[in-house]
Amino acid sequence: MMDQHTPAPPEVAVVDLCKSFGNLRALDRVSVEFRSGRMHALLGENGAGKSTLVKCLMGYYRADAGQILVRRRQRPILHPRDAHALGLGMVYQHFTLVPQMTVAENFLLGRERLPAVIDWAAEHAALGAFMARMPFQLEPRRLVATLAAGEKQKLEILKQLYLGRRFLVLDEPTSVLTPAEADEVLGQMRRLTEAGQLTVVLITHKFREVMQFAQDVTILRAGKVAAHTDVAGASESGLAAMMFGQSLAPEKSGSSARTAPPDAGPYLELDGLNAIGDRGTRVVVDASLTVRSGEIVGIAGVSGNGQKELVEILAGQRNPQRGAVRIAGRPFGGTRRELERYGVSLLTEEPFANAAVRSMSVMENLAFRQFDRPPLAAGGFIFRRRALRPFAQALIERYGIRAGSPSARLETLSGGNIQRTVLARELSREVRLLIMQNPCFGLDVAAAAEIRRQIVRARNGGAAVLLISEDLDEILELSDRVLVMAGGRITYETERSSADRYEIGRHMTQGLARLSA
Amino acid sequence: MSGTFDLGWWGVALAIVAGAIRVSTPYLLVSLGETLTEKSGRVNLGLEGTLVMGAMTGFATSYLTGSPWLGMLAAGVAGAALGLLHAAICNLPRVNDVAVGIALFLFGIGLAFYLGKPFIEPRGPMLPGLPLGSWSDNPAIRSAFDISPMFFIGLALAIALQWGLKNTRWGLVLRMAGESADAARAIGLSVDRIRTLATIAGGFLSGLGGGFLSLYYPGNWNEGLSSGQGLMAIALVIFARWSPMRCFYASLLFGGASAIGPAVQTVGITEGYYLFYAAPYVLTLGLLIYSSSPSRTLAGAPSELSISR
Repeated sequence: MMDQHTPAPPEVAVVDLCKSFGNLRALDRVSVEFRSGRMHALLGENGAGKSTLVKCLMGYYRADAGQILVRRRQRPILHPRDAHALGLGMVYQHFTLVPQMTVAENFLLGRERLPAVIDWAAEHAALGAFMARMPFQLEPRRLVATLAAGEKQKLEILKQLYLGRRFLVLDEPTSVLTPAEADEVLGQMRRLTEAGQLTVVLITHKFREVMQFAQDVTILRAGKVAAHTDVAGASESGLAAMMFGQSLAPEKSGSSARTAPPDAGPYLELDGLNAIGDRGTRVVVDASLTVRSGEIVGIAGVSGNGQKELVEILAGQRNPQRGAVRIAGRPFGGTRRELERYGVSLLTEEPFANAAVRSMSVMENLAFRQFDRPPLAAGGFIFRRRALRPFAQALIERYGIRAGSPSARLETLSGGNIQRTVLARELSREVRLLIMQNPCFGLDVAAAAEIRRQIVRARNGGAAVLLISEDLDEILELSDRVLVMAGGRITYETERSSADRYEIGRHMTQGLARLSA
Repeated sequence: MSGTFDLGWWGVALAIVAGAIRVSTPYLLVSLGETLTEKSGRVNLGLEGTLVMGAMTGFATSYLTGSPWLGMLAAGVAGAALGLLHAAICNLPRVNDVAVGIALFLFGIGLAFYLGKPFIEPRGPMLPGLPLGSWSDNPAIRSAFDISPMFFIGLALAIALQWGLKNTRWGLVLRMAGESADAARAIGLSVDRIRTLATIAGGFLSGLGGGFLSLYYPGNWNEGLSSGQGLMAIALVIFARWSPMRCFYASLLFGGASAIGPAVQTVGITEGYYLFYAAPYVLTLGLLIYSSSPSRTLAGAPSELSISR
């Protein structure tokens, strides 16, 4: 499929591309040239138009105006099939693999034409020969569900190469990878471009990856090309200035040193916690940790290593199989009464699905923690509807929630504002223990910075904070102490001062095999 | 009947085995159909209605044309039509397949009762069995081994499906639609089309199951013909963990349980045999409790099913 004598990989250019969604101009006369055999980074904030641009290239959207040129010839790309026929492929941010099928089955499924009856012996032989020529290998008979995130990412890339695609768009390929895995995958892609095998478009918001691996970079801002430059002649600060435009580059949350007195006793203690997951396997294994008042403890880890179940236990949504949770030295069962008594606030993963009611109003969602207490309730059970609006209005203003009105339904809000609504609700009473899982997932830079400030503020106010995140940068920025969760176990612990991202990354990938299946 | 007495308790065992083979056939056909549908990521709870509709259509066609095989074909086509209806409604946005299934369950039964009124009395031409017991003089053995070809067709289908899900394009595409609709869409497959075809095929097989009821065993058309076999077959798919071959074994088990009541009656037990008639229902309940758990989802369940999410 990829001999030494293959012609150069495709060169693709877009000229004056425009695309609108209603009133929103997602792309405004965007022109970019992706040169053959180069690694080209597309940099921009959420909503800058990166995804829209590549979706037009891949035939998922139809541009309103403008042209797409492949190998200097204008091509109409009206359907993903057209893009595939031209050798254009895309690796999505969210995996498009089928977890309950094998690696080999996943390879075959992408093929344009499958034989009616599959000759598995021949297919396995062909796959083996293909793998031998590739920079990374995977065992074709393994079930995809048993692969680690990095291996899945490799499989996605291998699949595109197997299908003969030589112009590859990688959409935030490293968002679920450890630093070492990210370096390996991107390094291999860079080598393939240098060997004249591939043209790669890398969508990212990580400057480090752009500086280290890309050759060209185009910066999109609010649907327009803000800049286009050689990476060799650019600096990280220069890129940041172009990416954020007039507004300043996002300031760090300024996590000042912890305020906890060193002799403060633990506020939250997990002692030998075990839990069984939805598939009946043990997903939390002998997890023990402590969080003291006035410190942020971060748990790093690749998603699917027991974090979700751990948070569910703390939220009272799942019963531990064995082990104990103690708060302030007393057993904690996650009931509403205990959450209230110990001042526990939770921002669970995907709050829109897990911790909010989409069809109820913003003000009702804001009141979930306090609807049965004064001032919202009289005598402990009569709900005072008139008190609801001022109560909600105060929180909306304080946390800058952008909603049409307090009585707007929650589902009409943007992702960032839903996140803020749940956060406002959780911080609306005295917080002594704050548990947050992926609090900034899917938020733009400004919204994420605001939420991180709130976390630091809670810590500085004396709360114990447990931060569980897939984003290692976030963990390293905020935490006073860093733990690593892998294979359901807490496998590593370090002080922030001695934290090393590669060492942490190494621990994130260990013990994965134990959990899979 | 005297032959049963000659064989004593062996006669009961023989009657249960023979009953298992006879009664299992509709379970097998319906559960294979439902497996196919569920593997594509949709549940069709309307198969009881499909089964009854198939039974009525099959009987009526056989009665009017004189050909039981034509009746079977008509039963399958009627089932496929109900499957198409289910799929077409579910393809609309924001429609819940479980609710549609329950609606079509009632619709199929109602329609079959309405159209089937004129066919309740007469007896029509029946499907012939294969006389595999002709080597014996014992009438009990001869009747026990008089097996419908539909049983063997069902077995062959189970084997073919088991193989086909792994080794054919259709099998892979079907499983992909059931495991990850997003992944299927990403490679340009129409998930709705795959599920529509799978639901039609599932309806066809369920219709055949109905035809078996009215054209072979018990072999007439009345309104109490099915007594929930279509629903039990759906429970059976869960117990069989969406595997066609395990559907076959589970069908035999259910068939055997259904045959206990009639079998003990033939040896002269007259008290309490109604309890044995309840065996398949108790078995359904027991197996569902056994195979469920509050703290985990079912292993092997296609990820796109509404029960897995």
